[in-house]
Amino acid sequence: MSKSKGWPLWEVFIRSKQGLNHKHVGSLRASDATMAIKNARDVYTRRAEGISIWVVPSNNITASDPNNEDSLFEPSQSKVYRHPTFYDVPDGISHM
Amino acid sequence: MKEKQTLYKYLLRMGDDSLILGQRLSELCGHGPILEEDIALTNISLDLIGQATLLLEYAGELAPEKKTNDELAYLRIEKEYVNALLVEQPNGHFGDTIMRQFLFDAYRKPLLEKLLDSSDKRLAGIAEKALKETKYHLRHSSEWVIRLGDGTEESHNKIQNSLESLLRYAHELFFENEVDELLIAQGIVPSAKSIFPIWEKTLHAVFEEATLSLPKNNWKFQGGREGRHSEHMGYLLAEMQYMQRTYPNMEW
Amino acid sequence: MMDVDIQDLEKKFQDKIDQDIKIEPNDWMPDAYRKTLIRQISQHAHSEVVGMLPEGNWITRAPNLRRKAVLLAKVQDEAGHGLYLYSAAETLGADREQTIDDLHSGKAKYSSIFNYPTLSWADMGAIGWLVDGAAIMNQVPLCRCSYGPYARAMIRVCKEESFHQRQGFEIMTKLASGTAEQKEMAQDALNRFWWPALMMFGPIDSDSSHTEQSMRWKIKRHTNDELRQMFVDVTVPQAESIGLTVPDQDIKWNKSKEGYDYGPIDWDEFWQVVGGNGPCNKERVDARRKAKEDGKWVVEAAMAFADKRNAKKTA
Repeated sequence: MSKSKGWPLWEVFIRSKQGLNHKHVGSLRASDATMAIKNARDVYTRRAEGISIWVVPSNNITASDPNNEDSLFEPSQSKVYRHPTFYDVPDGISHM
Repeated sequence: MKEKQTLYKYLLRMGDDSLILGQRLSELCGHGPILEEDIALTNISLDLIGQATLLLEYAGELAPEKKTNDELAYLRIEKEYVNALLVEQPNGHFGDTIMRQFLFDAYRKPLLEKLLDSSDKRLAGIAEKALKETKYHLRHSSEWVIRLGDGTEESHNKIQNSLESLLRYAHELFFENEVDELLIAQGIVPSAKSIFPIWEKTLHAVFEEATLSLPKNNWKFQGGREGRHSEHMGYLLAEMQYMQRTYPNMEW
Repeated sequence: MMDVDIQDLEKKFQDKIDQDIKIEPNDWMPDAYRKTLIRQISQHAHSEVVGMLPEGNWITRAPNLRRKAVLLAKVQDEAGHGLYLYSAAETLGADREQTIDDLHSGKAKYSSIFNYPTLSWADMGAIGWLVDGAAIMNQVPLCRCSYGPYARAMIRVCKEESFHQRQGFEIMTKLASGTAEQKEMAQDALNRFWWPALMMFGPIDSDSSHTEQSMRWKIKRHTNDELRQMFVDVTVPQAESIGLTVPDQDIKWNKSKEGYDYGPIDWDEFWQVVGGNGPCNKERVDARRKAKEDGKWVVEAAMAFADKRNAKKTA
């Protein structure tokens, strides 16, 4: 990880309050995970934006290829029956 | 009445330690070794200035003639400042800055922990807020002492030298006089003697991990708590007080 | 790739932009789009970081505890903003340290306003009010920029910067309503920073080389002159309201354009400062270079430490 002289890049995820997902907020440099957490605290939560932090080395993230976007995501668009609005509910019935 | 005056003197020590160390760290804003660390050091500086604001505000209310925290921070003469010599030492290189911070944090944290039980509720309240900040400061400075100590040969030598030179100023943090005696008796502050072993333990643990050795030289500089400072102090104050001295009695 | 393929990709790319669909890091993008963004985002990042220096110059001399804390927090925010922006540039493949080295070698530019000196406490007011005010004018439209990571960084920056301009204006207001000495200090700061602030929007439209393409790519949403006009229109009444005078005899309300006319900008000065002859160009870059050089052993030590610990773990 340290072939270059500089510190590796980390991606930062923050949970802004209990009950919400961690959300990607940006990246930073740090020599190790402990420092990455501390730097994330100082850089991304200066205004009490978070209660929990995840850091992940950027080079450990595998991303889907945007060139395969069509085959990855479009097939699900035609499956409208996965959504409740696909179904007719007779008038007079609420709460379903 | 006597008790008020005594607490005033004690609060000045704590307030001045925070103020002067905060001032020193604020010199580094924009000049840190890497952007992330620049932000971290500024956070610590901000916390310390915040602590000084609260401590000197309280001190000002107990002063023989009532004063605001700004008057205390900006308008005393050098020998009226009672911060420890350690905190006025120049920033030097990053290792010096970190070692100065570590020696201070390792003392400040147990002090604040004990102040949570102070019979003076207001002081206990200030301690509670400051403790949360100081725990973080100590973690930060300890981790860096360890990284630099056990990093490269160059960093090891540098931080070992920082330790040799700065430890001589640190013992003054445990200074005690009649002020302490009276306040300890009333359950307002802990004795510095009770903090010393905790401080020593922290030092030993961190230095061991950092592969640093305690200096043989055990000289102990003193004077700050009694208003006798190092040459550095005059310049620090000249800069800090510049506006208040040049444009007296104005609001900003 | 065949030319036809590229043309096809470029068309799809432009279609996306026209439909206001954001471009994300791994999406195909024309080389020139990537280059323009890297140049603009890193210039922007450098401006934040170099911008710490003129204000940092007064932190140790701030006149009271409240002002000291506020100024520290503000300058620290600028470091944070620099970081958000470098991080956006990294998504385009621009290595941060390389980008920073370009600043230190003089290859990369930053906002020329930071090459002016800060000579009095009032300059902290003038910078917050005018410089951050102008920056906000520039930045708010960038929150809708076509490149996702840049737009998101700008949203964060704009949110945080809203207090910056206010604190500057508060300093100016306090000085302008203070003693004669203080008012004079405020007016002097306005005199020195007014024109450089107008120059912050860049050359007049007909001399601006990047505007047209950047507007088509939705990297830029308004021209330099449009933004400059907006700035003048909001700032002149603010100055009047606190009893200060904008140093331009030609300032006059123009009813037909519903805006102020203003006098000619000294573009010679602008190009001199951009070219390196501003009062503090050398000091600013030297200070940043020194910070990096002095920190080199620290960066190496932390890395060596991390490697040792990793080796222990895997051993």
